[in-house]
Amino acid sequence: MRHDLILRVIAKLLIPFILLFALYVQFHGDFGPGGGFQAGVILAAAVIFYALIYGLADARKVVPEPLVESMMAIGVLIYAGVGVAGLLLGGNYLDYFVLDHDPVHGQHRGIFWVEVGVATTVSGVMLKIFYMFAARGNADDE
Amino acid sequence: MNTTMTLGGHFTYFITIFLMIAGLFIVIARGNLIKKLIGLGIFQTSVYLLYIAPGKLVGGTAPILSDAFSVYSSPLPHVLILTAIVVGVATLALGLALVVRIREAYDSIEEDEILNMDAVPSRQEQA
Amino acid sequence: MVVTVWVIARSRNLFGVIVLGGIYSFLMATVLVAMDAVDVAMTEAAVGAGISTVLFLGALHLCRSEEARPVTKPWLPLFVSGAVGAVLVYGTLGLPEFSDPKAPIHTHVVPRYLNEMKQEVDVPNVVTAVLASYRGYDTLGETTVVFTAGAGVIALLRRRRRNSKDDKA
Repeated sequence: MRHDLILRVIAKLLIPFILLFALYVQFHGDFGPGGGFQAGVILAAAVIFYALIYGLADARKVVPEPLVESMMAIGVLIYAGVGVAGLLLGGNYLDYFVLDHDPVHGQHRGIFWVEVGVATTVSGVMLKIFYMFAARGNADDE
Repeated sequence: MNTTMTLGGHFTYFITIFLMIAGLFIVIARGNLIKKLIGLGIFQTSVYLLYIAPGKLVGGTAPILSDAFSVYSSPLPHVLILTAIVVGVATLALGLALVVRIREAYDSIEEDEILNMDAVPSRQEQA
Repeated sequence: MVVTVWVIARSRNLFGVIVLGGIYSFLMATVLVAMDAVDVAMTEAAVGAGISTVLFLGALHLCRSEEARPVTKPWLPLFVSGAVGAVLVYGTLGLPEFSDPKAPIHTHVVPRYLNEMKQEVDVPNVVTAVLASYRGYDTLGETTVVFTAGAGVIALLRRRRRNSKDDKA
């Protein structure tokens, strides 16, 4: 019981910082190391940490399965959507410089949305795979 | 003198090759499926090193543009390897899912036992 | 790293092998930072040491078999690995030296990326800019690959409650 208590307190302290760090890595990917993939993996790691300490049922309540499954697909759709937006606004597929009045700002916007899409898909997939592996161990628990 | 210069210049390649053949050895020689997957992971990381090591310049710095530095290590292999790492973990996840299913179907994850179990029914069918 | 790999090859306890794999990933991330590959090191540390280890432990818990068994002396695999290694060493002797500025990796496209980054894409992190803008199409393919892996795992491990008892023969 004492071991559980220490782990739970430490988890409660650490998980907000891990989530904040994931968001920092995502949005600061333009200026320092980082970007979509790292942010998605760190986000998934934060939720996996929560699931390890507090149990899979609690984690499923916080981040339910339909949300994770839709996150997987929405990320790819956002990425493809940026490409289609480039098409609709006059350039080729995945052209960023047509997305704004100024080509450089268009690049910024394009890169931002693309990274958001990548982070969503990566975190969704990692989390879903963890859920599948963890749920398989409990028989008839679905 | 020339040979030692060449050997010193290629030291990273030798380390990479050793890691590569160690990974290859684990994949070929060990029968346990999970250990094979770990060997595959070692092989993959050695290939990352193979790509990134030639991109480094000794006086340079990380490829993040800044006014304080003028020499950068080459960013092109970083991009390729970033993709490779993520694809590698995707492959690993699928491989582990397959191992779990094999375990449930055959009740073992040793390659020799699984092959034996596959061979036995065909002998029974021929008899 | 060499020592870690040696112990992984020889060890038979699977749990220890997985933890050693995590240690190996962290060491690899450190080496990558020494090679100025900070993005790659962050990804390798997060993915290799984090997600990979968690997935391996999850799979090990599901498989519940603890040890590998060496059956015969592995002479043929050792010989094959040694032969491949010798061929690779012979091949790398022709490659450029470590940190050679005239190597092809530094001369073709990279100067264009580095020099024109400010006018075209005003993003200091060159790796992110190349990944998301110059080679954005490849990143679309990679995201699709990740999604496909997730879909594949779902397809493999989804439980059908009524049929799962009948499948075990």
